[in-house]
Amino acid sequence: MKPEEIVERASELRWKLPQDYHDRWVESIYAESGRIASRNVEQQGKGHRLTWERRLDSLLTNRWTGMPIMVFMLATVLWLTIEGANLPSGWLATILVENGHPFLKGLADSAHLPWWLSGVLIDGLYLTMAWVISVMLPPMAIFFPLFTILEDFGYLPRVAFNLDHLFQRVGAHGKQALTMSMGWGCNAAGIVATRVIDSPRERLIAIITNNFALCNGRWPTQILLATVFLGVLAPPAIAGLVSAGAVLGVALLGVMLTFLSSWILSRTVLKGETSTFTLELPPFRPPNLLRTLYTSLIDRTLIVLWRAIVFAAPAGVVLWSICNIQLDNTSLAQWMINILNGPGWLIGLNGVILVAYIVAIPANEIVVPTVLMLTVMTTGVTGVGEQGAGVMFDASGDSALALLLNTAGWTTLTAVCLMLFSLCHNPCSTTIYTIWKETKSLKWTLVSTLMPVVFGIVICGFVAFFWRMFTGWS
Amino acid sequence: MAMQAHPTTCKDCAAPTSSRLERLGVKLGQSDFVVALAGNPNTGKSTVFNSLTGLRQHTGNWPGKTIARAEGGFSYNGKKFKLVDLPGTYSLLSATEDEEVARNFILFGQPDVTVVVVDATRLERNLNLALQVLQITDKAIVCVNLIDEARAHGVTVDGRGLARDLGVPVVLAAARQGEGIDQLLREIDDMANGRSSCRPHRLKYDIPTVQESIEELVDALAKEFPGMPHLEWIALRLLEGDPRIVQAVASGEIGILEKDHVATGTISACGN
Repeated sequence: MKPEEIVERASELRWKLPQDYHDRWVESIYAESGRIASRNVEQQGKGHRLTWERRLDSLLTNRWTGMPIMVFMLATVLWLTIEGANLPSGWLATILVENGHPFLKGLADSAHLPWWLSGVLIDGLYLTMAWVISVMLPPMAIFFPLFTILEDFGYLPRVAFNLDHLFQRVGAHGKQALTMSMGWGCNAAGIVATRVIDSPRERLIAIITNNFALCNGRWPTQILLATVFLGVLAPPAIAGLVSAGAVLGVALLGVMLTFLSSWILSRTVLKGETSTFTLELPPFRPPNLLRTLYTSLIDRTLIVLWRAIVFAAPAGVVLWSICNIQLDNTSLAQWMINILNGPGWLIGLNGVILVAYIVAIPANEIVVPTVLMLTVMTTGVTGVGEQGAGVMFDASGDSALALLLNTAGWTTLTAVCLMLFSLCHNPCSTTIYTIWKETKSLKWTLVSTLMPVVFGIVICGFVAFFWRMFTGWS
Repeated sequence: MAMQAHPTTCKDCAAPTSSRLERLGVKLGQSDFVVALAGNPNTGKSTVFNSLTGLRQHTGNWPGKTIARAEGGFSYNGKKFKLVDLPGTYSLLSATEDEEVARNFILFGQPDVTVVVVDATRLERNLNLALQVLQITDKAIVCVNLIDEARAHGVTVDGRGLARDLGVPVVLAAARQGEGIDQLLREIDDMANGRSSCRPHRLKYDIPTVQESIEELVDALAKEFPGMPHLEWIALRLLEGDPRIVQAVASGEIGILEKDHVATGTISACGN
């Protein structure tokens, strides 16, 4: 028989098969598994952990209690992070910025380094890295292990289960809940994770909307701004709670924007049926604490920090350079800031922030350090730590950071808008590259990059407009 | 697993693993054997993978964590093994992408050993996949993982009985604690080197006309493509009208698939 004839013969034979032979074949496999398992598995007693697990599951995935528990867990993680990161951040700032910076400056002076070299190396490169480490390391070292413990325990699939229905309603795939959770770690990782979604349509929705999941690089920004500007509005006793609440609000807004944009996409350019999938709720497993600490500290915290430093160092050089290259007696940075101040004002921000977002496209992690450096360099306030106010990251209201930013004309509105803009702006360059690699489409890469910016401008514009309407035009 | 750190000269005894196992991570080079890791999602495949290769592929307590196929290597008893972590699947019978990747690799990647990782606490459900794997390969080892969790649930698994029923070696393991990894290594080594023989438990297509139809097609295929393995499986897929297989047979490409098995395995299994 020729190959074609074999195929033909096969389709002839197919007609003679019993209709349900596939089902019967599957059934016979299942029956055999059952037989083999029952011969070789012995269950002693009732298995207390099983009933315990079942109870916990019915609580965590319950229609009424599931969502509140989810929000509560996230809030607790954020609160612990904010409360816990305060002190170590202060210590690091004291060592690296307050003492380290003058010490290195002194060293450079005694070595008779030319002013531009010591400027680039110490005021640019070193100071930016020192900011990044003291602002980002403590929150990350608390946030990531907590998140990993929840992941190891098996909570994330329950989150996916709870959100599945909502995702289905907006025309997206239920597994998008998982890729969104991954995005809370890193958007680039979240976008690679969308490979678990088979349908190309739903996968694109998951890729385009992943940026609304706050990533590693943005949690510290949120936490910092909430602590410095919003925590102070409340009595000290509940400042931590208020800050955590604000960050939680932004994170949940991100989730809502994910739903909203998924819904818009699935109703317009990405129409189609929602596909189904099997989600197995894995058993709860006691997290292996040492391993969790190890993986979250080494794999996440240090790698993210390293990435931030690697990007911050050249950015520091760029920053120092644009601050010191003069055009008509005005630095390049000042030129850019002056140009962007107007559009910045419209959306509740300012020129410094917009310049920072341009310089910081390689990594979200360095937005805040860049803002700080630019502010320091353009307001002429020399070295925040050296002012002697000491603690950089504190809710006491007169922290060096608050002082600095208030001098530069920041208000609560600026902080709120920056938090919103940090949620809704273009993804970092790594993520954009990942989107390109995964979609191989210029169109969708552009959509994924620009859609969040449009959202951000609209939302910030509205907030700024109504805020000023109620509090007076300032 | 009473493995003490005494060096032993006895040739048949298991020497301490540390002296025999060298974790190669991603430094693969030319390997002597290819080992595939299959299993249901969330059974700890990636943990087994990590403890054999020394890699730290991210593991997490949720199904579908391994997205791309992961490869790593280790050297044991002076032989280099390439280990391929396949995506977790519940079966090999349907047409989802993950299942196709796993199925094609086991069939056409021609691994020297396929390790099926099953969850000791959900053995009945997990054995479905193990039986389906045994249907398409002779060289398989069943690794009953999470045996520590099973113990905590009051579940005892009879490894010997299971090995007898399945017709392949069975290793009880708790990969997170490193328990059973030594024995798994020995079994992989023995099977790859042809020192152990097994006769996997095969289900008969005990449905009227199915067995006859398969036999007829197998005969025809054997004449057209002599020496090709998995004829039964190909015949079954032809009967079911799997478009990819139908096309591969009609165009004669199925023969090329076979000859060029390693390369094909890599291409079809990468799929990204």
